[in-house]
Amino acid sequence: MSVESVFPQLEALLPLVSKPVQYVGGELNAVVKDWDSVSVHWALMYPDAYEVGVPNQGVQILYEVINEHPDALAERTYAVWPDLEKLMRENGVPQFTVDAHRPVGAFDLLGMSFSTELGYTNMLTALDLAGIPIHAVDRDESHPVVIAGGHAAFNPETIADFVDAAVLGDGEQAVLAITEIVRMWKSEGKPGGREELLLRLAASGGVYVPAFYDVEYLPDGRIRRVAPNRPGVPWRVSKHTLMDLDAWPYPKSPLVPLAESVHERMSVEIFRGCTRGCRFCQAGMITRPVRERSARVIAEMVDNGLAKTGYEEVGLLSLSSADHSEIAVMAKGLADRYEGTETGLSLPSTRVDAFNIDLANELTRNGRRSGLTFAPEGGSERMRKVINKMVTEEDLIRTVATAYGNGWRQVKLYFMCGLPTETDEDVLQIAELASRVIETGRKVSGRKDIRCTVSIGGFVPKPHTPFQWAAQLDHETTDSRLIKLRDAIRSDRQYGKSIGFRYHDGKPGIVEGLLSRGDRRVGAVIEQVWRDGARFDGWSEHFSYDAWMSAAQKAFADGPVDVDWFTIREREQTEVLPWDHLDSGLDKDWLWDDWQDSLSGAEVEDCRWTPCFDCGVCDQMGTEIQVGPTGVTLLGMPSLPVRGEGLTADSSAGVVAGVAP
Amino acid sequence: MSARQAPIRDVAPTLQRLRLRYAKRGRLRFTSSRDFQRALERALRRTGVPMAYSQGFNPHPKISYINAAPTGTASEAEYVEIAVTAVLDPELVRAALDAALPPGLDVLEVVEVRAPDFAERMQASVWVIELPGVAVGEAENAVATFLAAPLVEVQRLTKSGMRTFDAREPVIRLEVRNTPAAGVAGDGSEVLCVILDLVVRHVTPSVRPDDVLAALRHVADLVPPVPSRVTRLAQGPLVADASIGAAMDAVTDPLAPDRG
Repeated sequence: MSVESVFPQLEALLPLVSKPVQYVGGELNAVVKDWDSVSVHWALMYPDAYEVGVPNQGVQILYEVINEHPDALAERTYAVWPDLEKLMRENGVPQFTVDAHRPVGAFDLLGMSFSTELGYTNMLTALDLAGIPIHAVDRDESHPVVIAGGHAAFNPETIADFVDAAVLGDGEQAVLAITEIVRMWKSEGKPGGREELLLRLAASGGVYVPAFYDVEYLPDGRIRRVAPNRPGVPWRVSKHTLMDLDAWPYPKSPLVPLAESVHERMSVEIFRGCTRGCRFCQAGMITRPVRERSARVIAEMVDNGLAKTGYEEVGLLSLSSADHSEIAVMAKGLADRYEGTETGLSLPSTRVDAFNIDLANELTRNGRRSGLTFAPEGGSERMRKVINKMVTEEDLIRTVATAYGNGWRQVKLYFMCGLPTETDEDVLQIAELASRVIETGRKVSGRKDIRCTVSIGGFVPKPHTPFQWAAQLDHETTDSRLIKLRDAIRSDRQYGKSIGFRYHDGKPGIVEGLLSRGDRRVGAVIEQVWRDGARFDGWSEHFSYDAWMSAAQKAFADGPVDVDWFTIREREQTEVLPWDHLDSGLDKDWLWDDWQDSLSGAEVEDCRWTPCFDCGVCDQMGTEIQVGPTGVTLLGMPSLPVRGEGLTADSSAGVVAGVAP
Repeated sequence: MSARQAPIRDVAPTLQRLRLRYAKRGRLRFTSSRDFQRALERALRRTGVPMAYSQGFNPHPKISYINAAPTGTASEAEYVEIAVTAVLDPELVRAALDAALPPGLDVLEVVEVRAPDFAERMQASVWVIELPGVAVGEAENAVATFLAAPLVEVQRLTKSGMRTFDAREPVIRLEVRNTPAAGVAGDGSEVLCVILDLVVRHVTPSVRPDDVLAALRHVADLVPPVPSRVTRLAQGPLVADASIGAAMDAVTDPLAPDRG
């Protein structure tokens, strides 16, 4: 059965919506495979607007890995804005992929990548537009299997009603394993229907199928236990960890959209995982251990990617890029290679203690010296000990002095508000720190026009971190602390005018907190708020706190729990957490001990450079730290072709002669 | 390194300027002029065209975009000028860029610049407007009413705010074609489609096909049931065309002076 494109129906609606180009596809390096030539069809969704979703590395990697499979294809779909959603409903146009504009409901699998929980309502819109029942229990064999991935999938309990499955961790090998299970099941004539397919996925041990687990509650609302409800289903489901990143140099053909996106650059992931041990950081905890890609493979990926995309900037991505053991060789080698070609290199942000001026100079050699971003996260020395961000005030001042002294005029500092044990005083110290930064900057640069921007948002405790037990700060206190900080900065007559202040109010953080640490009972809230019209909750112009609270009131009306119970309540050591049956490799006792250590301000080093602290990951997952240096001192790349070669008049004869058969 | 001074760069000089004509077709008619600019700049980098760059903190390749068609409008006659640091074979550049751009953004011609004042050659555009689901008689009446009016004011949101301007005066020609074509309705089914031929002089603020459609709605309540499809067929100098008569001017090839 072939599947027709819905583009003719969609095309008639496009003149009526804003930024129609985001719905037409046509990205450079996009792949459209023949539907009937393969047996397994994946739709991959990033549940946010196209401009946010299209640069997403996770989706681009899986898209390519699946499309390289001879018996599978993958197409992409993104959230449509409300103007198009309304027209699609009126005209009966279903949720479509941007590659071949096929209806999402026709695929075998729908993979959803959740970087953040705020995409959940967009997932429901997409399912509904696709004609897929929003509740997993109502689906049959004609519907795709809906699978959640991404960091938010480490606690998929709040969306357990809506997804058929969730995959934890790295997706490269997981999607291939799932493809194989689906391929076999289809080739056998779909024995046992959807139920058996899900059972086969669950029995593999790498796919969590929420329907196969029952959750029992205590009268006070806490979870009594979570247990499999049929044989063959494991008690715990483990995360996937890709070892040897050099063997998986994806994306090999990065997508270049026609529409403008939030990242107008190419990205190369230089390592995965982080063991700095910042206690608030879910990404660092769930992606352990550190696995570096070698400088040589990174250079090849940069070279190949630039040739295939024509981008002018390459971001060297990871959770803390300056920590790569070969970052200096890499930065110098790449800056040398692209000298004079108007190609820029960038790191997403730099740790204060990993910043070094040689590196910064190399990175800006071929591009602009605009601004530097650091993330001390905690305002006071005490807070930084609590969160294990081992950066002293002296480190920070020394670093910014070097930056201002070397020609940078703008430094951005990121902080969080509402960390465990925090007081007003801890946050107000950010103002003093910023003043010292400007004072130092003016002294070393001899200029008055240097600036520092303080950016701060509310902290949201996340699952699988030492702060998973912590009480989130209520939004009223968060907001009042941020206002006090703003006033303190504004009242600084000497330096205040040089300090920019950007903050996010505390309300969205409470909703994120509810979705991050919630359990299956939160699903009713998501459904209610979506039925009430919630869409694009990550966008302040669309987000409505009041809508969420009123939906929660309805959904929690008859139960023992409410929003506060999920957010601002501190958990006890013995409480069963909703994600305890999902194994990130981290030992729960180690996390608890680290939580207790944080309360006494005890710090823990990075296991890349010190002995193992027994967090549990490598033992549990059979993994190991993979770091260099590999010893290369030169990247050894062939020289770049001369621009214009083959395009000059005298080359024309040569080209014809060369190409002529 | 001093903070404020832009680095002194050793920038290769411009040795040649090239003018490109390209088409915006099919689904890629939904690209905006900025979308095309990004796509072209990346295609130039991928094909290794040795672009000349501006000086300064943030060097840009030297590219001039001329009078781009609005987002959602197809075109067979879009123009752009680039400066390069080598003397290139225009046809090889055309073939390389056309291959590097996606199907639907098609490079049709490249010529070497031989004469100045390119922008001033763009005096008028030839448009074709497809109106699915509109009856021929209805369209003919609306066009006749429009042409008979001395002035038809329309409103459009421009960069400088809401502007009211005359959509009638710059219209040199507006005709309903005798033979309607097959078009696609909102539900994907085929419907008959009226075709309008339009020639408009370039004025400020510019009068675009959607302004003429707004004027037809204004004077004769012509409201197409589904959005129109608009294509620019040509733009260039206006020359009195003796074969049609003194009252009618023709739009001619703007690259003619460069062909030498």
